[in-house]
Amino acid sequence: MAATGAGKTMDKEKKYDRQLRLWGDHGQAALEASRVCLVNVTATGTETLKNLILPGIGWFTIIDGGKVTGEDVGNNFFLERDSIGKSRAEVATECLLELNSDVRGDFIDENPEHLLEANPEFFRSFSCVIAAQMPERTLLSLASVLWNYGIPLLVCRSYGLIGYMRVVVKEHTVIESHPDNAHSDLRLDRPFPALAAYVDAVDMDSLSKKDHSHTPFPVILLKNLIQWRKEHEGNMPKNYKEKGVFKEMVRKGMWENEEGPGEPEENFEEAIRHTNTALVPTRIPSEIQTLFEDEGCRNLNAESSDFFVMTKALKEFAENEGKGALPVRGAIPDMFADSERYIQLQNIYRDQAKQDASVVASRVTQILSSIGRPSHCISEEAIRLFCRNAAFLRVVRTRSLEEEYNPEKACVNEMGVQLENPDSEITLYIMLRAVDKFQQQYGRYPGYYDDQVEADIPKLKACMCGLLQEWSLSPYIKDEYVHEMCRYGGSELHSVAAFMGGAAAQEVIKLVTKQFVPFNNTYIYNAMNSSSATYTL
Amino acid sequence: MANQVDEPMMVDGRVDSPGGSWPDRWNHVKKMLERAGPFAHPDFEPSPETIQFMLEVCKILVIGAGGLGCELLKDLALMGFRNIHVIDMDKIDVSNLNRQFLFRPKDVGKPKAETAAEFVNTRVPGCRVTPHYAKIQDFDGEFYRQFHIIVCGLDSILARRWMNGMVLSLINYEEDGSVDQSSIIPLIDGGTEGFKGNARVILPGITACMDCTLELYPPQVTYPMCTIAHTPRLPEHCIEWVRILLWPQEKPFGDNGKPREEREDIGIDGDDPAHVKWIYDKALERAEKYGISGVTYRLTQGVVKHIIPAVASTNAVIAASCATEVFKIATSCCNPLNNYMVFNDTEGLYTYTFEAEKKEDCLACSQVPQKFTFAPSAKLKDVIQYLCDNAATQMKAPGVTAIVDGRNKTLYMQTVESIEKRTRDNLTKTLEELGLADGQELVVADSTTPQSVIFKLNLSP
Ligand SMILES: [Zn+2]
Repeated sequence: MAATGAGKTMDKEKKYDRQLRLWGDHGQAALEASRVCLVNVTATGTETLKNLILPGIGWFTIIDGGKVTGEDVGNNFFLERDSIGKSRAEVATECLLELNSDVRGDFIDENPEHLLEANPEFFRSFSCVIAAQMPERTLLSLASVLWNYGIPLLVCRSYGLIGYMRVVVKEHTVIESHPDNAHSDLRLDRPFPALAAYVDAVDMDSLSKKDHSHTPFPVILLKNLIQWRKEHEGNMPKNYKEKGVFKEMVRKGMWENEEGPGEPEENFEEAIRHTNTALVPTRIPSEIQTLFEDEGCRNLNAESSDFFVMTKALKEFAENEGKGALPVRGAIPDMFADSERYIQLQNIYRDQAKQDASVVASRVTQILSSIGRPSHCISEEAIRLFCRNAAFLRVVRTRSLEEEYNPEKACVNEMGVQLENPDSEITLYIMLRAVDKFQQQYGRYPGYYDDQVEADIPKLKACMCGLLQEWSLSPYIKDEYVHEMCRYGGSELHSVAAFMGGAAAQEVIKLVTKQFVPFNNTYIYNAMNSSSATYTL
Repeated sequence: MANQVDEPMMVDGRVDSPGGSWPDRWNHVKKMLERAGPFAHPDFEPSPETIQFMLEVCKILVIGAGGLGCELLKDLALMGFRNIHVIDMDKIDVSNLNRQFLFRPKDVGKPKAETAAEFVNTRVPGCRVTPHYAKIQDFDGEFYRQFHIIVCGLDSILARRWMNGMVLSLINYEEDGSVDQSSIIPLIDGGTEGFKGNARVILPGITACMDCTLELYPPQVTYPMCTIAHTPRLPEHCIEWVRILLWPQEKPFGDNGKPREEREDIGIDGDDPAHVKWIYDKALERAEKYGISGVTYRLTQGVVKHIIPAVASTNAVIAASCATEVFKIATSCCNPLNNYMVFNDTEGLYTYTFEAEKKEDCLACSQVPQKFTFAPSAKLKDVIQYLCDNAATQMKAPGVTAIVDGRNKTLYMQTVESIEKRTRDNLTKTLEELGLADGQELVVADSTTPQSVIFKLNLSP
């Protein structure tokens, strides 16, 4: 439990209780240390900030040089009728600050384009920047500034019934990815000495009926596996048939006396249920193999992040002490067993995990001194956390916006493949790009004025065809989509904005807490049928 | 539904009226409603009347003013719905403030429905949210019938099933057995847990209902009693031991001056820090005795209160999905979700949309008589157990009535103490002893549904 000495700390503990169960006190601390910048006050933008202020980011800054219009107040909960004509950045900041007294915020009533030209350094102080509804040219220059500073950018907009999001981050590493359904790490195929010794010391035949039926299933499986391998030249049960025979062998071990078999034992049933997963050989996951070959891991230097220093140590462990495996995770699932032997088994796994982690730690120390960093600047605790998550590490590197928007570097193949399905969400991505082209050319969104909807349809179609031509893609997008985009006319529906604001906030939380895994790199939400898709563009 | 306005209404957006509007207010929404769209519902006709229908006529009921409810009220109000009612029986707690953004620290202890309604009505001029600080069971069919669409933002499956049963009970059937379309009240439902959520559209009698898909809601995690009592392995087992076994025995806080036998059994209040602390200390003692690590105050509170992790972002996403569906159904500007969407943003960002299927013999929405088969030697308690455990029924405390010898006879009812005492002995009697015959109809009442369900008993040895 976190320190709850001061009254204020206790309040936070209570206020944030439901989310602390998701990202822990250290995740919360990272969130509270973050500074987030929102460029342009749209409904999508303020909804995103709302969902960051409520869980308690440290600081936010809003940049917007516009004045509040009647249309703005209509779809934005953080602008008020009385504020029409006032600074949009100022009013939104005031309304948003009411949400959480632990959060600080300020605003800059200035056109972001000017700020970008006059003082790009300004953006350096943020943990993450959110760009809502920006003209293409300004967006690209903001993206390039942030790319050079290594600051993550999240582009987020709602357009009629469509939502768009793009994560732009040079490199983002994740230790705690919180996988939904991870296999347990029991090592029954390659028991470490302490586990082998423990299991060897158990004599099933001499156990009382009660102890027999309370023997933890890994003990049962491992005993049978040792027997099996003796009889099969050291091999594990390989195919479906052999696994069936193996399960039968396990089943035969159930309690029996002169009067015949007793009731089926729950721990044996459990052993049989776990056979298939327990027989999967212990391997280094392919993502981690790839990570070992990553440039960040190969070219370590004084500037390398702790993540890659630890990854390198992990690699060395796997190649040496680990004999081709990662450190033992240490956690075991609950199982049918008596308390005493469950705890014994749990401690055997925990001790091994601790031992493995300390080997990794000494390798970390060596690596640190070899690259000229203080040898204890990564804590033991950080290394243990890293080892516990060794099978789930992630690195996210997205392409830059510049690459995506450069016709020569665009992911034309990916788009071409997706376009084979004419109703794929990629169509909506291309239409949004066409809309921006239109905006650049005509200074307004297609269909913005009621009396020009029809006239804008062929114009937007021309923009779309122009784009497809740049990419040398055949112009197969249904006219219905062009028409639908003109119907939207740049409108931002509040419920679509609220959806995107929720999703965007979560991505920012991932980026600043370094927990969970951000998408890579483009997300399209289609509210017409409540579907969505992610593309790497 | 969109074209039911008879009288001309004040046209919004032209005059700055005391009704609270201003020029350009509904520009965003109007583009969707006043322009034709190739993907709109076949019934859709672009017209300025549609927004008038939303503003003046359409009546929406929001169930729950919590994480989803606060979002829903904001979303609906900004989409142009003004006649909104909200029902919630809870008061505001500090732990709500990380996501229920219509509440401030000064509101802690006040009813959620009232505070939320007041905030939205102030922030969104012209919006009239009517709060009901009450339980959904406090209202009858007449009340629910007044709404065009009902949206649920609940965390309880029980309450969802009850609402589902209610909207189903409001359907009228034509002579040929088909559903009278005008009696359908669409039910939109959202649910979240951590970074996961789902949104669905139920057209009662037409699409899958809540009970059709009961298997999608896994039962709450419980630990076997023998594990809790004899072989604890996890910190949770120790906490449950204190909660279930030690508390009723020790009767803490029930006037500690008296000897244990005379103390009153004060029920556990998960919101009382003294209660949680007591459970935490005792659980810690037990855990130490067995060498179990990991009992913390936070975990204790989580287990005692069955806390589901919750965060603002997921609530925002799911509520917004539901609000979009309300908008689509009310205006026909686009086809509604057909009919179930799941969302997860733990690793990347993922949605999956599918059509949940109507179950032929659904307990709640099919017209098929329910059947169950028991041996004549089965006891009444077996029947009750079956109704609770069976995946398709999942009842809580079913009461069973039968017509025996022409008389209505309550066989067992748990929910009324005096009747429970009178009928308790029946539990251990066999169906034969109770005089039940093959083909007998049993009327089952349960908190999962506002209407009783009739089961036909098939007695087979
Ligand atoms: Zn049903």
